[in-house]
Amino acid sequence: MANLFTFFGGFKLTLQHLTRPTVTTSYPQAKRPKQPRQHGRHVLNRYEDGMEKCIGCELCAGACPVDCIYVRGLDNPPDHPVSPGERYGYIYEINYLRCIHCDLCVEACPTQAITESKMFEFSFTNRADAIYTRAELLVDDQGMPRRLPWEDWRDGEAEMTGGWMRAASPNGEAAFEGVTQWTGDLGFGVRVAEAGQSVHRDDAATGSKQLRNVFPKHLLPEDVPLDQRGLTGLAKTARAKMPRRHRRREP
Amino acid sequence: MSFWASVDPIYTPHYGWVVWLIVLIRVLVGFGALMGAVTLMIWFERKAISDMQSRIGPQRWGPFGILQTMADGLKLILKEDLIPEQADRFVFKLAPYLVVVPALVTFSIVPIGGTMRIAGHVVLLQIANPPVGILLLLAMSGISVYGVMLAGWSSGSKYPLLSSVRASAQMISYEAALGMTIVTVVLATGSLSTHNIVDAQAGGIWHWNLIRLGVIPFVVFVIAITAELNRPPFDVVEGESELVGGFHTEYSSIRFGLFYLAEFMNTITMSAIIVTLFLGGPAGWVPNVAHLRWVFPIVWFLAKTVAFAFGYVWFRAALPRFRYDQLMDMGWKQLIPLSLGWVLIVAGFLIRPAWGFLMVAVVLLAWTVLSRAFELGRSRDRGDQSVLRAIGHRAIPDDVLREHTDEEF
Repeated sequence: MANLFTFFGGFKLTLQHLTRPTVTTSYPQAKRPKQPRQHGRHVLNRYEDGMEKCIGCELCAGACPVDCIYVRGLDNPPDHPVSPGERYGYIYEINYLRCIHCDLCVEACPTQAITESKMFEFSFTNRADAIYTRAELLVDDQGMPRRLPWEDWRDGEAEMTGGWMRAASPNGEAAFEGVTQWTGDLGFGVRVAEAGQSVHRDDAATGSKQLRNVFPKHLLPEDVPLDQRGLTGLAKTARAKMPRRHRRREP
Repeated sequence: MSFWASVDPIYTPHYGWVVWLIVLIRVLVGFGALMGAVTLMIWFERKAISDMQSRIGPQRWGPFGILQTMADGLKLILKEDLIPEQADRFVFKLAPYLVVVPALVTFSIVPIGGTMRIAGHVVLLQIANPPVGILLLLAMSGISVYGVMLAGWSSGSKYPLLSSVRASAQMISYEAALGMTIVTVVLATGSLSTHNIVDAQAGGIWHWNLIRLGVIPFVVFVIAITAELNRPPFDVVEGESELVGGFHTEYSSIRFGLFYLAEFMNTITMSAIIVTLFLGGPAGWVPNVAHLRWVFPIVWFLAKTVAFAFGYVWFRAALPRFRYDQLMDMGWKQLIPLSLGWVLIVAGFLIRPAWGFLMVAVVLLAWTVLSRAFELGRSRDRGDQSVLRAIGHRAIPDDVLREHTDEEF
């Protein structure tokens, strides 16, 4: 008899799924929120005064496992220096036909000059377009990445360019939680550190809020996050879905 | 002959152009509705199953992606039509039609509604009502086996061939159980005509064959017809993990489209046949209003058929594919004896209750003997009495082993 009930369990489960929200999105129109440390297309950052961060040290090129980065440094012109250091990145090219978005260049960079945005949706019709030059990688006067015609930028993908850097800095040690160890970016200032393990993660800032609301309905009961279980969880999610002006003030 | 003339104008001895027109319209509307239903069914299946898997499903063409089937059909028509070099060209071209035509013809015997008055003629709302009725269903499903078999054989390719061998074995073995359950229905009704079968169930829900014959024939029929359709969970014929795409692997363009069309046409038709045989077809509550009197039976019929169409989609979402030996076990060892026994019991009760109870006793006895026989048969290769046991424990002679291995030892 138990066998018979387990047999019909499949029918019950598939019927339950009819009422659950879909996990997939209609992709080109709607995109899922990206993960806080998503590796996308690179950007070359500037300091808040507009100086380039890259000092042409070529450590990124050395760290690159697929040799997709080509850098040549040049001495700064004394009367109008490009970067605060001795030299600057005179040629900076990344070949996106080879890049595997491993972010080793970001780790290697001593000045946080190269970071990755969240945008990975770009396709080219010729090989020359795949090689991004310094002019294309460098952020513009507002500190935002340049949007090339074949790239698909959406809201939020340009702002969060320092994801990996912000996450890696606390180093896993409680003493370093919330301590910033990076310089300011043009247009953004000194970016806030990502919350560590002892604090609740700020879902709105990391962009994974919607995912957390959708997925518990597809999980087994024991895998649902503690704060979303049972009646209190239901109340919490309902309150999170409410428009901001109706929401009660947080205690 | 006079009875048939009263229900269908085509049987009147002298008929004029009005009768021809009625018949023509009936055929056009019937098959047109079927074609429309097929496109909707393909869309419905894809949409429902994606909902059950928490996906979105077709959404690009038309509202909710309802025109997706049209787009697919257009794509198939415009694609290049390939015929493999090893193929038997004539049979290869013939096979799709052997599948499509039976699928179309089978639908013609399904009563869609009750009767209707047009220009002084009483017209049945079904494409045709041949006196042999339900035998046509069996004949057509027999022919569509040929379609599948020849398609696989004529492709000149090994996977389609394997698939067609499986298909013919499966369809033939399930046809026995299918025929036997139809016999119970025919015994209870006393007629082969689908119109009469539906008429006999008109007196309310307790007269439906589903309840009147006991639920067993209905269950057996649904399982057997699902196997006959090669639909999941019985779709070993097109098991992708084993046979690429099944018997239509080598087909492309509109020839493949015909197989696809026939598959879904059959799904609808068989849902309709289940409704006709067991759920009273268009039977149901009808308001006593002049024009609603012919609309309501159609609505009832459609509602029941859609429920079964959804059932097929649900089967596909919920059940994993059967293994081929499990499939054969179920067909031969369970469904055929069960349906055979049930025919005996129903026939006994139709004569008089005493005979019925005698038949129940006989069937129970036969069931005990059969299950003991199956148990013995299983124990011969797996149990303590296994004939393989002796071989299993014996050391393999060196010379035999050397024959089968490359290494010297």
